[in-house]
Amino acid sequence: MKIQKILNILTLLTGAIAVTITSLWIGQQAYSWLPPQAAAESVLIDDLISFLVTLGAFIFLGVTSTLMYSVIFHRAVKDDFTDGPPIEGNIALEVVWTAIPILLVLWIANYSYQVYEQMGIQGPSEIVHLHNPLGMESAYAEAKDAPSLAEPVEKIDVLAKQWAWVFHYPERDVTSTELHLPSDRRIRLALKSQDVLHGFYIPAFRLKQDIIPNHAIDFEFTPIRPGKYSLTDSQYSGTYFATMQANVIVESPEDYQQWLAKIATQKPSPAKNQAAAEYAQTSNQSVQTGWVTVPPAAPPLVNSPG
Amino acid sequence: MTNVPIEGMLLPNEKPNHESPGNWKEYFSFSTDHKVIGIQYLVTSFFFFLVGGIFAMVMRGELMTPDSDLVDRTVYNGMFTMHGTIMLFLWTFPSLVGFANYLVPLMIGARDMAFPRLNAVAFWMVPVVGIIMMGSFFVPGGPAQAGWWSYPPVSLQNPTGNLINGQVLWLLAVAISGVSSIMGAVNFVTTIVKMRAPGMGFFKMPLFVWAVFSAQIIQLFGLPALTAGAVMLLLDLTVGTAFFDPAKGGNPVMFEHYFWFYSHPAVYVIILPIFGIFSEIFPVYSRKPLFGYKVVAVSSILIAVVSGIVWVHHMYVSGTPGWLRLIFMLTTMFVSVPTGIKVFAWVATIWGGKLRLNTPMLFALGALIMFVFAGITGIMLSSVPVDVHVNNTYFVVGHFHYVLYGTVTMGLYAAIYHWFPKMTGRMYSESWGKIHFWLAFIGTNLNFLPMHPLGLQGMLRRVASYAPEYQFWNIIASLGGFLLGMSTLPFIFNMVISWMQGEKAPNNPWRAIGLEWLVSSPPPVENFEEIPIIISEPYGYGKSEPLTANLSE
Repeated sequence: MKIQKILNILTLLTGAIAVTITSLWIGQQAYSWLPPQAAAESVLIDDLISFLVTLGAFIFLGVTSTLMYSVIFHRAVKDDFTDGPPIEGNIALEVVWTAIPILLVLWIANYSYQVYEQMGIQGPSEIVHLHNPLGMESAYAEAKDAPSLAEPVEKIDVLAKQWAWVFHYPERDVTSTELHLPSDRRIRLALKSQDVLHGFYIPAFRLKQDIIPNHAIDFEFTPIRPGKYSLTDSQYSGTYFATMQANVIVESPEDYQQWLAKIATQKPSPAKNQAAAEYAQTSNQSVQTGWVTVPPAAPPLVNSPG
Repeated sequence: MTNVPIEGMLLPNEKPNHESPGNWKEYFSFSTDHKVIGIQYLVTSFFFFLVGGIFAMVMRGELMTPDSDLVDRTVYNGMFTMHGTIMLFLWTFPSLVGFANYLVPLMIGARDMAFPRLNAVAFWMVPVVGIIMMGSFFVPGGPAQAGWWSYPPVSLQNPTGNLINGQVLWLLAVAISGVSSIMGAVNFVTTIVKMRAPGMGFFKMPLFVWAVFSAQIIQLFGLPALTAGAVMLLLDLTVGTAFFDPAKGGNPVMFEHYFWFYSHPAVYVIILPIFGIFSEIFPVYSRKPLFGYKVVAVSSILIAVVSGIVWVHHMYVSGTPGWLRLIFMLTTMFVSVPTGIKVFAWVATIWGGKLRLNTPMLFALGALIMFVFAGITGIMLSSVPVDVHVNNTYFVVGHFHYVLYGTVTMGLYAAIYHWFPKMTGRMYSESWGKIHFWLAFIGTNLNFLPMHPLGLQGMLRRVASYAPEYQFWNIIASLGGFLLGMSTLPFIFNMVISWMQGEKAPNNPWRAIGLEWLVSSPPPVENFEEIPIIISEPYGYGKSEPLTANLSE
């Protein structure tokens, strides 16, 4: 009897160790499921995702392996129609498994809160007439350990419309349909929508913010990795929603200034626009295969059509 | 138990005048028998499940390739709008109401629902909702294309210029569906509070009844918000009021609040009865009492209470300031506590039992595993920084399909197989049931698991075209979707053939404990010749005490 008990504990221990090691491994894999880390914020978010995947894998494997063990070893023998042991509850056990989720929730919420505060992405604080009781206003200042913050903030206006993005650089008063950003600088975007709800989303930055008509929304982040990424509309905006894409070019501050200087010399011209092109094509078809749609806004006039 | 009679209400000991047990024609009539209404709900909603499923397969067909090349973008947008709407308002809601209708009076020892005629009226509004929804395909401009959220201003854009358009019909149908559900909620809450058999205190109710009770309370406080939002949007769209139209100074974010104040708790309205079904099925096929019965019962009410303060987690990246994001992060995460309690209780119920893996048990186990997965991705989504990245991506689509297909639809299948002998008086074919389970289980995972890596990579929901790097996982997901579509065929075949010529079912084929198993299969019109007197708690497996004092077991 004693040996049986020791064996049971050993089995349980081996199982727990196997589940723990597997979860830690899966948590590390999580980084490979994500796009390149192109903004300072993405590093923080990826660490949080990896942490949550590790915890989640532990819970999932723990529950399913227990269930699978039962399914394999606790099956009724053929023609045995008797009942199992009538165990109805166990107060100690129930208290423990109520306490564990509460502690986990507090842990996850606290970690998430810290990450969110370090991100300091701003958002539509002006919509609610309340002062931020949780000190969100200071979030931007608290991220000062990021090296970029000593640098001046780069301000860019973003206009979203059905279905195009237009970027305006107030410093030089130029516009583009390609978003150029200096690397390692704090960027502050003023997001505006001309018609419906849109969403500003760059997967490589892990950052997203809805754009609401009649509201100017500030959005801040720090790109850290030069390269070409894509910006998409993340809030469903009607027929040509999927075509509302733009290139994001992160480059060194010098290259960025050069680019600005170069396009300042260019005359505004209409940008290429997939929604407008598709709309023109479907309107010319003799047989209509779809339903009527809102016509796209006129292609924007920009210095750099991208 | 004292009863205050309400006009039109049926008291436990009153002998009602019911028409004689009908033939198949009764299912097409204005029957007031809760069992007939239950089956009417189930069959009607299953029809719409097939329609919604066909729309899903058109979408998965479109998403096989990165370009928008199978259907027009407008058609694709109409497809996902109607898919979401139909699956929620015409499949999951009505089918679960169908089960609740069939089972609640039987499980609490009542002869019918409290308001049988109101019950029938509530049901007959469902086909009306369905006809309006389907009718929208035939108006100029086609059905609504603004997604099942119908966020303004997109939903206020009316390119046809007609007063009757897809969006108007959509809003009308949703409002009627809301009214029907409120009627149902009043009926369920009254029935459960007032019509329990003598001796059945709250802590002697089966957990399915607890779950229905909690879910219907959510309906009572949540649905008025959605219905009001829908009516206000309808006014904006038809007569030009400016509640939500930013061009006229309205605020579209207000609509998001109206919408999600109900539509997140709606998920619990759907999932709570499924938790109830799990709690009924696991003890029977494990031959053990439900572990921690009281805590599991109370956790249902707790979920209903917390559900009232979680809606903003759908709007973290909308017009929501930081402090509000963080408060709702905490409340949303807190839902995992009562749900966690339930999951542990089910695992403890199964542990050390004498398991029989019949089709209902297989479906319930599969659904439980997929629910645990969905719960974990749900916690990830509640975390504000993670949500900032994956909001509106396929990660969310994957998560809620694990909830709504992996858990709810699979749980519904478990329930259909489990109570099929009771409802029809016939046994289903176990081998066809198992084929159905394996096709559905593999199909579900093949379809919805790839959505998680897609979402983490940044693929957005509601897109008809996408970047080529997302194609691999999309092909897998589409193949899984087609497999899921196929998996319904053995189910339909099994149900139709078994209902017509299956083996005759005994009263209690699973040797289950519960009032519904004490009556004949199918139950007589008034359920109980004599109202049972309850003397013990439910789930007394392994104990020899009788459930009732006057009915034989």
